[in-house]
Amino acid sequence: MSSLPISLIVLCSGLGLILIGLWGMLTQRNLIRMIIGFSLLDTGIHMVMVSIGYVTGGTAPIIDAAVPAAEAASRVVDPLPSALVLTAIVIGLGVTAVMLSFAVRIYQAKKTLNIDECTESKW
Amino acid sequence: MIKRIFIALVLVMLAAMFLDLAASYRENTSLSPLGRYYADTGPAELGAANLVTSVVVTYRGLDTLGEVTVLFISAAGVGLMLRRERKKGGGNGGENGDARMRIHRPASEIVETATELLLPMVILFGIYVFLNGHLSPGGGFQGGAIIASGTMFLLLALPESHISRLLISIMESLSGFSYVVVGVLGVILAGGFLDNRIMGLGTFGSLFSAGAIPIIYVFVGIKVGFELSAVLDRFREDSDAT
Repeated sequence: MSSLPISLIVLCSGLGLILIGLWGMLTQRNLIRMIIGFSLLDTGIHMVMVSIGYVTGGTAPIIDAAVPAAEAASRVVDPLPSALVLTAIVIGLGVTAVMLSFAVRIYQAKKTLNIDECTESKW
Repeated sequence: MIKRIFIALVLVMLAAMFLDLAASYRENTSLSPLGRYYADTGPAELGAANLVTSVVVTYRGLDTLGEVTVLFISAAGVGLMLRRERKKGGGNGGENGDARMRIHRPASEIVETATELLLPMVILFGIYVFLNGHLSPGGGFQGGAIIASGTMFLLLALPESHISRLLISIMESLSGFSYVVVGVLGVILAGGFLDNRIMGLGTFGSLFSAGAIPIIYVFVGIKVGFELSAVLDRFREDSDAT
């Protein structure tokens, strides 16, 4: 085993992406940039989830000639986080599409994407 | 200014938390008990070579049904938000659309030819991906996304092409309904809702195996493909209107 486990690299990149995405969502004033921040946050969370399911030396959880069913439990990575991430990606896509359509509507109504112009719903 | 300091404070605190998390992280050396159960009993019980598929479609099938529902609702939400407004009163919507679409610059020769050449292959690849979801990496959602990328191709190359709204809603409703019917058949013929053992499991690793999983994935693939195509089409039409 090398000194730096691969899942730690994925975990750290995922956590970094979460921070970058959150920073983007909190500081950017342009709606599209905020949505990009959300996407980054989303991707970061997926990477963290996948890295947690990794098992040292494990391979993809698919039974075939390379991974016989009898040895599956000792040779594959955890299938559950992968399945959850699969769900999360699709939900993230749906949420992003709805956010983009909101952005389009706001642009049509105000001719700007700057969030500071949307003062009606500001508290 | 206060806001900035507050944001920086939140991020620094979160970063400290993450640092702690990453520092104490140890790679797993064996599967979790639940993962072990799926890996041990999954292949024999459900007959799917891809364990992720068996988790997504059968063990946690209800989650997937909820996921399909969320995707449907978000597609419906996009449709509602980007509903075309008839600004020029009295005019037929179709005529208006045609008048606006003529402003489009036609796609270049290269894009058009490439689309004609690649579109059937892209769609075929999408179908391949969702048909083999129980054997190889892939599945209904991935296959559906590939088919939707084919639609994207079509919209880029032939901006005036029209995707029938009626066809989309019929295909979407039919495949969603069939998905639920297959799930209910699981209650009647097998162990519970969305159980895939309503038919023989077949030979492990062949195309027609794993009971109802390929059928469910075909429905999911068709539904996701049409739904995402509808979303793309909505965004396209909206850019025409402005």
